[in-house]
Amino acid sequence: MRHVYGWLLLTPAAILLIAFTHFPTLATIYESTFSKGNIVRPSRFIGGGNYEAMMADPIFWKVLVNNFWFAVGTIPASIALAIAMALLVNKALPGRPFLRLAYFTPTILPMIAVANIWLFFYSPDIGLIDQVLSVFGFSGHNWLGDPSTVLPAIIVMTVWKEAGFFMIFYLAALQNLSPELEEAARLEGASRWYFFWRVVFPLLMPTTLFVLINAVLNSFKLVDHLFVLTKGGPDNASNLLLYYIYENAFSYFDTNYAATLTVVLLVILALMSLVQFFLLDKRIHYR
Amino acid sequence: MSALALDRRYSLVSTSLETVAAWLLAILWISPLLYAVWAAFHASEYAINFELFAPLTLSNFQEALEQAPFLRYGWNTFVLVTMLLVSQLLVCTLAAYAFARFNFAGSNIAFALVLVQLMIAPEILIVENYSTLAKLGFIDTITGIGLPYMASAFGIFLLRQAFKSTPKELEEAARLEGCGLWGVLWRVYVPLARPTYLAYGLVSISHHWNNFLWPLVVTNSVETRPLTVGLGVFGAPESGVDWSIISAATLLSVAPLLIAFLLFQRQFIQSFMRSGIK
Repeated sequence: MRHVYGWLLLTPAAILLIAFTHFPTLATIYESTFSKGNIVRPSRFIGGGNYEAMMADPIFWKVLVNNFWFAVGTIPASIALAIAMALLVNKALPGRPFLRLAYFTPTILPMIAVANIWLFFYSPDIGLIDQVLSVFGFSGHNWLGDPSTVLPAIIVMTVWKEAGFFMIFYLAALQNLSPELEEAARLEGASRWYFFWRVVFPLLMPTTLFVLINAVLNSFKLVDHLFVLTKGGPDNASNLLLYYIYENAFSYFDTNYAATLTVVLLVILALMSLVQFFLLDKRIHYR
Repeated sequence: MSALALDRRYSLVSTSLETVAAWLLAILWISPLLYAVWAAFHASEYAINFELFAPLTLSNFQEALEQAPFLRYGWNTFVLVTMLLVSQLLVCTLAAYAFARFNFAGSNIAFALVLVQLMIAPEILIVENYSTLAKLGFIDTITGIGLPYMASAFGIFLLRQAFKSTPKELEEAARLEGCGLWGVLWRVYVPLARPTYLAYGLVSISHHWNNFLWPLVVTNSVETRPLTVGLGVFGAPESGVDWSIISAATLLSVAPLLIAFLLFQRQFIQSFMRSGIK
């Protein structure tokens, strides 16, 4: 009987998951082996043809490289800030509730709203950043219009949005550390710097790995800001893989090529999950 | 001076240094948002020429509401988030109950297949999910935005964990009292998993309130667009709306969630902490 009940209870979830996760995953792989069809020439099987085209597509490589720099730019900075914030908030400093609130609030905002706010900061001449810089005698700069500054500009904004989110995981981990550790270190005369690097930081390692993997996944999944800030431009200087998939599917209507690119994204996500699976326990972050 | 006094003085200095650093960082961190709030309540010429005591105005909000139907977008978001949460809780509770208490054939494989969704979120598969929805006739409907998210691997995972940690004796006691399959679920497992439900609910609400890419793909009319998509359309640089009005619109879109967050800060932060999967 328990077999029947078990499967019956699972049925609604199973149908939905198959329809919107498993089937489309397989369909994506299948579609990636077909050519783009039009009225004159229907879509036909071309095997690895789309993959060959992708390898020869300079925008594909550019987008991957952008994703790499985006991850390298956002993740270490967010993690360092998150640890600093957690250490500060974990102490009984005056105004602690306000500090925690200030660090965490950007996390609650939708990325699209964040992009709207920052769009103004980055606007040339009249934007907040140029106005502040002009006080110090710098002239205006088109931060989002210049291929060399557009990615760093987006990285800064993303760090602002994400650091507070990672902070709470470090905060949870710090609250789990036994207070005796600090007392022992003090009795031994260890400096606080030494205590952090030799005791606290290693003990935070599981949290760091958890945050790291989630941050990498996020750097591939979150492209909302591009819709408002740059549309991937100028000249694809800020384009990311998922946004390029969107463009191919819904602007150029080449769903087969979009499927091919999606397969690459799926492979990246699968690799990340394998890393997570083998490096971390599948335990939950319960306190 | 004794070593102890020296130590105390040293820690006093370092604490005040830390306080200053913490506050500077906090002010830096909150200022983009405060600036947007400030701009939303002041005429647009002050957004560019900051003047602390410039006259307050509500006209930016009025303009934003006239130029785009933000109230309608807000209603759409509310319907979407509510519908999703209710169906997620239902679907995930049933599935989690199956995994936690019915050791059915194939349950391990089925659970592994559920967890695949943690890795492949529905928005990754926009191309295929869009064509599935088109075949089902759900394009440009609020149900269509919600459908791919209704079975949430994350929810099933969290609830299964909570159900598994419920003592079996309680279930046995309930059975002796005459509770059946549903009675046990409804009277024992669900009430005891209340903190997990709260945590999952808050995470789900804030996630779907803020979700953008998938709703953008699915919707193309005022009647279905949620706030994020409405805001994205409104704020796009080519629309040429001035910044104070965009700030007002942005504030309108995030206000309900932001206010809820400010009121229930502790619960929100704890929910996010709990929901981190190691």
